[in-house]
Amino acid sequence: MIVNRRELLKKAGLAGLSVIGGSALYQLISGDRVLAELKNSPSKSTRWAMIIDMKKCARDPGCADCMDACHRAHNVPTIADPKREIKWIWKENFSHAFPELENEYIREDLKQQKFIVLCNHCDNPPCVRVCPTQATWKREDGIVMMDMHRCIGCRYCMAACPYGSRSFNWMDPRKALAEDQINPDFPTRTKGVVEKCDLCAERVDEGKIPVCVEACKEKALIFGNLSDPSSEVRKVLSGRFTIRRKPELGTRPEVYYLV
Amino acid sequence: MFEKALTGSRKYWMLVFSLAALFLPGFFFYFRQLSEGLVLTGMSRDVSWGLYIAQFTFFVGVAASAVMVVLPYYLHDYKAFGKITILGEFLAVPAVIMCMLFIFVDMGQPFRILNVFLHPTPNSVMFWDTVVLMGYLLLNIIIGWTTLGAERKGVAPPAWVKPVIYISIPWAVSIHTVTAFLYAGVPGRHLWLTAIMAARFLASAFASGPSLLIILSMIVRKHTKFDPGKDALQSLAKIVAYAMALNVFFILLEVFTAFYSGIPSHRHSLTYLFAGLDGHTALVPWMRVSVVLALVALALLIYPATRRNEKFLLVGAASVFISTWIDKGMGLVVGGFIPNPFEKITEYTPTVPEILITVSVWAAGFLILTVLYKIAVTIREEV
Repeated sequence: MIVNRRELLKKAGLAGLSVIGGSALYQLISGDRVLAELKNSPSKSTRWAMIIDMKKCARDPGCADCMDACHRAHNVPTIADPKREIKWIWKENFSHAFPELENEYIREDLKQQKFIVLCNHCDNPPCVRVCPTQATWKREDGIVMMDMHRCIGCRYCMAACPYGSRSFNWMDPRKALAEDQINPDFPTRTKGVVEKCDLCAERVDEGKIPVCVEACKEKALIFGNLSDPSSEVRKVLSGRFTIRRKPELGTRPEVYYLV
Repeated sequence: MFEKALTGSRKYWMLVFSLAALFLPGFFFYFRQLSEGLVLTGMSRDVSWGLYIAQFTFFVGVAASAVMVVLPYYLHDYKAFGKITILGEFLAVPAVIMCMLFIFVDMGQPFRILNVFLHPTPNSVMFWDTVVLMGYLLLNIIIGWTTLGAERKGVAPPAWVKPVIYISIPWAVSIHTVTAFLYAGVPGRHLWLTAIMAARFLASAFASGPSLLIILSMIVRKHTKFDPGKDALQSLAKIVAYAMALNVFFILLEVFTAFYSGIPSHRHSLTYLFAGLDGHTALVPWMRVSVVLALVALALLIYPATRRNEKFLLVGAASVFISTWIDKGMGLVVGGFIPNPFEKITEYTPTVPEILITVSVWAAGFLILTVLYKIAVTIREEV
């Protein structure tokens, strides 16, 4: 059989395309096994959430224990330039944390008070929806995770997050960390990737509570399982009125505020 | 056919080398950006996309606009576009390449780009944007190259290329729709959260792309023996006039909804762009230039006497191009991030390295355009 060059190239091209297409299709159907394992949570009956009691938090306005503990545990660098800052958990005025709830005559203490803000670990997270590489995903226990080794640094998640909870490493964050400050149990990051609060997933998996919750001397942060009717978070939520940031966007934020 | 790009007049080589010279400084700065990070740019935690993504968004429109010559010519057998069609297709190719380069230079970890294909994510609009852009690039290279090759031999294009051309028409619409969805699908950015975003994108694309094509055709006609034809330019001018009128109309619709409803979050970005917000006015002069140019362009292109006068047509086309470049680039992208989710304002100004890298991508795009046009024009001159 005589096969001319053109024909051969055509067939080789087709074969190549079908191999590439086939494997992509296979991955699409089967999912990514590594990721699937990471997604496995101890039990599907777990949905982690946090309640921040602002009355208790207000007792010591100058306190930054939760932030300090978090930033130390997760090697979050201190960068002076607010444009390039990395933030996992920080303080905002009421009018900035809840812009749609503000009014002129609001309680004076609310006007003055700094609210603790962090990733809301949304039940319907827009950041996860938009990420082109699944570098950010939601675990079955509700924690929104970030794989900083997979992230390509496109920052689509930052555009999608309506809470400003995500930070991008505009430069090498290791240079802003003192050698003796580094916690060897948590990875440092490289430039060019996005990061955010991970609700201490690494501690939660060991049965511990997030480090910010542990560090709060006023016990203003309450962490617990929403799927468990007898949990403290459920009791507080059913007993007292709480607010969430921008619930109208349908993101179902899982950080609640007692005001 | 490529050999046609390797021989040329002094003028041709001068153009090639000037574009290469424009390319170099940014190329150098890109390596600095690679080693130091995107800290080299003016982007920030609050305005996390800037000049690069603005250029990307604008050039997707330029690329999509090839359909404005392809559709009349191939679907309606509109003969006046017979010569200009190849220029439209060969404009789409560098435009898509520029889009890809702008995405690439914007990435924090560009060497991980393959992750987009290793972990295909159908729920991400960005994944689909990558797919449709690559497809569109391929379609235009195949169509342009095949039809030109056939023309060179003096034969009709092979039959298989017809369906490919037909596919390219809705495909062009798709690239700009998907790019609009990048913006229109995220909650909490009120400037972007609008159902007419894709319609606006298409209107501004069909204004900006053909206006660039008019300018390019005039340059080609002046410097070579290839003339795309007066009728073709006039028809393009009408397309630009209608598309620009629609584009301005759509923007006014946004303004009405935002201000008549009175919802503050819907008003803020528009106020920031056109009048300044809380004393922050970085983009106001730009947006006002965009408005003035849009009005000038509409006047020149709608009034028949000025539209038929090619000097005014050139001014009108350039006005449309610059006006949409501002509005759909920096205006749309940066405006979406201001105010930020905490209703605070962080402004954005691109840095010198960022601007030079942007110039580099433009130079690379226009270099590819020059080479492709050289090939097309030389073959046309021979036939």
